[in-house]
Amino acid sequence: MGGTNGINAPDTLTVTVNGGAESTPVGSSLHDLIEALGFAGRPIAVEVNGDVIPRARFAGRHLVGGEQIEIVTFVGGG
Amino acid sequence: MSHSEAIVPGKQDSADLPLVVGGHVLASRLIVGTGKYATYEEMARCLEVSGTDCVTVAVRRERLVNTAGENILDHLDASRYALLPNTAGCYSAADAVRVARLGRELLRDMGSRSSEWVKLEVLGDTKTLLPDPVGTLTATEQLVADGFAVLVYTSDDPVIARRLKDLGAASVMPAGSPIGSGQGLLNPNNLRICLEYLKDGDPTYPVIVDAGVGTASDVAEVMELGADGVLLNTAIAHAQDPVRMAGAMRAACLAGRLAFLAGRIPRRLYATASSPDEGRIARPS
Repeated sequence: MGGTNGINAPDTLTVTVNGGAESTPVGSSLHDLIEALGFAGRPIAVEVNGDVIPRARFAGRHLVGGEQIEIVTFVGGG
Repeated sequence: MSHSEAIVPGKQDSADLPLVVGGHVLASRLIVGTGKYATYEEMARCLEVSGTDCVTVAVRRERLVNTAGENILDHLDASRYALLPNTAGCYSAADAVRVARLGRELLRDMGSRSSEWVKLEVLGDTKTLLPDPVGTLTATEQLVADGFAVLVYTSDDPVIARRLKDLGAASVMPAGSPIGSGQGLLNPNNLRICLEYLKDGDPTYPVIVDAGVGTASDVAEVMELGADGVLLNTAIAHAQDPVRMAGAMRAACLAGRLAFLAGRIPRRLYATASSPDEGRIARPS
């Protein structure tokens, strides 16, 4: 855990998603990760390392080990 | 138009201009939060009964488990309600700016008509949930530069209120009392000064009282003083009968607005009789 590539199998990388470690195959795009997490088609917004990534750029945004990803949605609030 | 035509019970005064804030025309002057309801069904019913056409939502991490669970957007018709994302829970300007951008992206992704606005909250501490004025000023400046219409939660301090307007806030939203406290309008005189400062030479500048409402008379009081709208959540969601309270808030908002437009009589120390002095019958001699 913790996003260092050293502990992964050679063909996976680890990113942090909403505060927890997630492994994904090397070469994965943001789109692939979101599909694997079951978020495809859901109302979400995504931030990688502090930058918002629009949905149209999910497929072209390739992931690097250790990146910090936030996936958010709307909830009730005042 | 005659005065009687202008006033239809239960409806907005048709002689009144609608509330325009952040480029959005709102038919109702009540903005209602979507938090703390027992169920989404109850929330949806309360929003309907309140007559609002603008609701606030918060931005939070999507759950990594139970993703088949319901989303609030399944229960909010985005074609009926303008969704106003907030930055609730942010204790720094930097966090608030990030959350505002995520909320904007969520709205853009939905194709929403209201994607470029935000209810900005930069909080000072968890106990009072009072705004951090320095962080609020900083975040307002950054979000305005980023193209946001910023509706900014602030204290009732008239000086900070004016600074926020000067920075380009689309609406300054003074708190009546602490968030969720139900204490109502603690300092009507500060609100009066805020209204005077913010509307000086700019009478349509929208000032919305955000936070602290406990019951319907609080809404009426705020509107009677000339606020352009009220934003509330807990007072409906945690009422014993939330749907009935939503109706009370709607009526109070309309009543307060009508009373403001009508212009109240001045307060006097002594009585003035409503019945004529003339023509009273004689005392028996």
